[in-house]
Amino acid sequence: MAEEKAKPRIGYIHLSGCTGDGMSLTENYDILAPLLTDMVDIVYGQTLVDLWEMPEMDIALVEGSVCLQDEHSLHELKEVREKAGLVVAFGSCAATGCFTRYSRGGQQAQPNHESFVPIADLVKVDLAIPGCPPSPEIIAKTVVAVLNGDMDYLQPMMDLAGYTEACGCDLQLKVVNQALCIGCGTCAMACQTRAVSMTNGRPEVNSDRCIKCGVCYVQCPRSWWPAERINKDLGL
Amino acid sequence: MVLGTYKEVVAARSTDKQIQKLAQDGGIVSGLFCYALDEGLIDGAVVAGPSDVMWKPEPMVAMSSDEILAAAGTKYTFSPNVWMLKKAVRQYGLEKLGTVAIPCQSMGIRKMQSYPFGVKNVASKIALMLGIFCMENFPYESLRTFISEKAGVDFDLVEKMDIGKGKFWIETADQTLSIPLKETHGYEQNGCKVCLDYVAELADVSTGSVGTPDGWSTVFVRTDAGETIFKQAVEAGVIETKPMDNVKPGLGLLEKLATDKKTKAMKVIDERKAMGLPVPFKGSAEKEDPLANV
Ligand SMILES: Cc1cc2nc3c(=O)[nH]c(=O)nc-3n(C[C@H](O)[C@H](O)[C@H](O)COP(=O)(O)OP(=O)(O)OC[C@H]3O[C@@H](n4cnc5c(N)ncnc54)[C@H](O)[C@@H]3O)c2cc1C
Ligand code: SF4
Ligand code: SF4
Ligand code: SF4
Repeated sequence: MAEEKAKPRIGYIHLSGCTGDGMSLTENYDILAPLLTDMVDIVYGQTLVDLWEMPEMDIALVEGSVCLQDEHSLHELKEVREKAGLVVAFGSCAATGCFTRYSRGGQQAQPNHESFVPIADLVKVDLAIPGCPPSPEIIAKTVVAVLNGDMDYLQPMMDLAGYTEACGCDLQLKVVNQALCIGCGTCAMACQTRAVSMTNGRPEVNSDRCIKCGVCYVQCPRSWWPAERINKDLGL
Repeated sequence: MVLGTYKEVVAARSTDKQIQKLAQDGGIVSGLFCYALDEGLIDGAVVAGPSDVMWKPEPMVAMSSDEILAAAGTKYTFSPNVWMLKKAVRQYGLEKLGTVAIPCQSMGIRKMQSYPFGVKNVASKIALMLGIFCMENFPYESLRTFISEKAGVDFDLVEKMDIGKGKFWIETADQTLSIPLKETHGYEQNGCKVCLDYVAELADVSTGSVGTPDGWSTVFVRTDAGETIFKQAVEAGVIETKPMDNVKPGLGLLEKLATDKKTKAMKVIDERKAMGLPVPFKGSAEKEDPLANV
């Protein structure tokens, strides 16, 4: 009998998030059952596994940002970094802070819980999957790439681990101001809160709606361009 | 490779008289969308529809041949078609979506399909992407300058605009005017200057006017999906084709224009890099083929 390859051990760590990223993962109905039974082991995660002690993991999906005033969260994040091979900022709260960027304390029952930062501010992050939530498709593609060791596919996500100060205004600063915008409308299509509209062929961001998830800039064809991958996916 | 990867290139036009009349060139885009709608291969298509303002397109979801035809013809200014894709899927509930895209729009769409970070349920619904060739695009105010100021024509009277044979053509009901393309330089969209794609290299089927006589189009069949639909349309008699070798000016001119566009853009890319400005494409030194679309 052929020797069985060890299944990657995956943990799901829930910091200051809303479980939306975890929910999005489970929306991969068609591949979820074979994935969980044959391909990976979910070894840790509140809402998923009844286990208190954090085990060693190959991959940790970390959802949510970190509250600097919450000792427990800080401790948990440090522990994840020690126990996981790959730390993934799973969803925009973990990756960019997202709407927790607007937190400013003053609420019961912890009025001093004021400061929330993306996890890369505190520990080294290997991959970021922005999205509020990330689409079920990108989660599935990422898991498949990890299983296959497809580092080419993951490279943009490794690069995005450094993109923590995201904002809708990046479209103006990093695309329009840099003479790169071509008015395609991808940013407006991608924005999950409909904060972006197109006026005279340029994105216009309603900053009152923007939650700083970073998806608009990440999806813009003029921010980074995965040419080889696209040709491969299209069979060109 | 300067024209991208393709299975077949032909000269073609729609056989429908009404489409021939309304379309910019051979009516390939309108003809294929109408056919795909009739056959149920798509249930709608995002096109550059008319708006309240003359010659200022607005993306729209067309779900009938009439709506496809209402959007026929080239508008030389921005129509952020990609913006409508999500709406087409979410609000209109479309499952098999067609879309027309200039090269840069096709880049936004293809990147979203390969990396759909925040884009749920859109990537897999795009059934047919028809790409159109594009040398450059213009802000709306640039168009106004050509038409009202340089050619002295009332916007509302313009029936067709076209770029060809080194000129920007303006047709009204009773006259045809032109301004040399040289006079349009400096009015292009800035983002076009680093664009490395002329013939919509990432579309399922791409088409444009250069290479074939008036009333005909040059058509590249690129992907499996594109091949299936194009072949069916030809077999159904909706599209007629001629071998590219039999038409003038032919593929040579297209190769020349594509090479010129890429060479010019590569130069701008290198200049930008030297200035420390961001460029989404890999640097020329890192490239095996400096004219590839990467
Ligand atoms: C900005 C621009 C620059 C172009 N430059 C060249 C060129 O250099 N060389 C060349 O050979 N061809 C160029 N074309 C393509 C050419 O003008 C025709 O659009 C193409 O040949 C298709 O003709 P058709 O008869 O098949 O399409 P039709 O049946 O007339 O349909 C055209 C389709 O294009 C859509 N459309 C019109 N304007 C836009 C727009 N601004 N953005 C997105 N979609 C739009 C319409 O909604 C319609 O669905 C350019 C087109 C554009 C929009
Ligand atoms: S996605 Fe398109 S419209 Fe939006 S900023 Fe980027 S280039 Fe401009
Ligand atoms: S504009 Fe939209 S997509 Fe961009 S960061 Fe803000 S909420 Fe996210
Ligand atoms: S030249 Fe390129 S960037 Fe400019 S409009 Fe055409 S396809 Fe888009």
